Amino acid sequence: MVPLSYYLMLGAMLFVIGVVGVLIRKNIIIILLSIELMLNAANINFVAFSHYLQDITGQVFVFFVMTVAAAEVAIGLAIIIALYRNRSTINVEDISLMKW
Amino acid sequence: MAQLLFFYFGGVIVGTATLVVTLRNPIYSAISLLVTFFHVAGLFVLLNAEFIAAVQVLVYAGAILVLYLFVVMLLNLRREERYHRQYLVGALLGVVILGELALIVSRSVFQSAIGPFTPAALQAVGNTEAVGRALFTTYLLPFEVASLILLVAMIGAIVLAKRVVQT
Repeated sequence: MVPLSYYLMLGAMLFVIGVVGVLIRKNIIIILLSIELMLNAANINFVAFSHYLQDITGQVFVFFVMTVAAAEVAIGLAIIIALYRNRSTINVEDISLMKW
Repeated sequence: MAQLLFFYFGGVIVGTATLVVTLRNPIYSAISLLVTFFHVAGLFVLLNAEFIAAVQVLVYAGAILVLYLFVVMLLNLRREERYHRQYLVGALLGVVILGELALIVSRSVFQSAIGPFTPAALQAVGNTEAVGRALFTTYLLPFEVASLILLVAMIGAIVLAKRVVQT
């Protein structure tokens, strides 16, 4: 029997890898992939708590997280395509018009 | 046995997630993420969440990843040059956050086994049926809102990616 804290630690590690990915990459597609990693870390925590507290609600919420992730990907990739069409770049350092 | 499987899945998840962040070629990153998603699904099976594991493979590995690969190949990017120049700060911040989270997890006391869905009860009724029952009774309104989110995302994606007609 694996303790609950092992799953929480795995989720924490996956989340931190996602955070570091957002911070260190310049390619906007990889940044979106890192956000997917963070959402998966949250899903692992939801399902682990659902199993250990014996409550099905956690799994229902994973379902909603997946819905939001699918919507986020569709919108995000549409924005990337529109951006690439207008600016011919997906490097976040070149997209700084609204930066102060 | 469960412990061995957990460490296998966990190790592969952390390893491939690191590859997603560090590899230069976006296609390799997406393929690594595919492996990560499959192993997360394996972890869900280990936690008696078979329905969520199936949805993970279908939605994440099947739909989302294919969309990513499609866009990566559509944009036909050359190899990316370097990391962001703040990568040292980013890595340091990651270590700090991981330390904080480890502290929180190690100091917390978790309540256990309070709900009605014991593994035996789930086995009797079936995981999919239990999730469906909760989804269509207690969480019916959030379910409808989720469908609305998908509709808005669909319309938004079409509007955003549509080529503007010159008038």
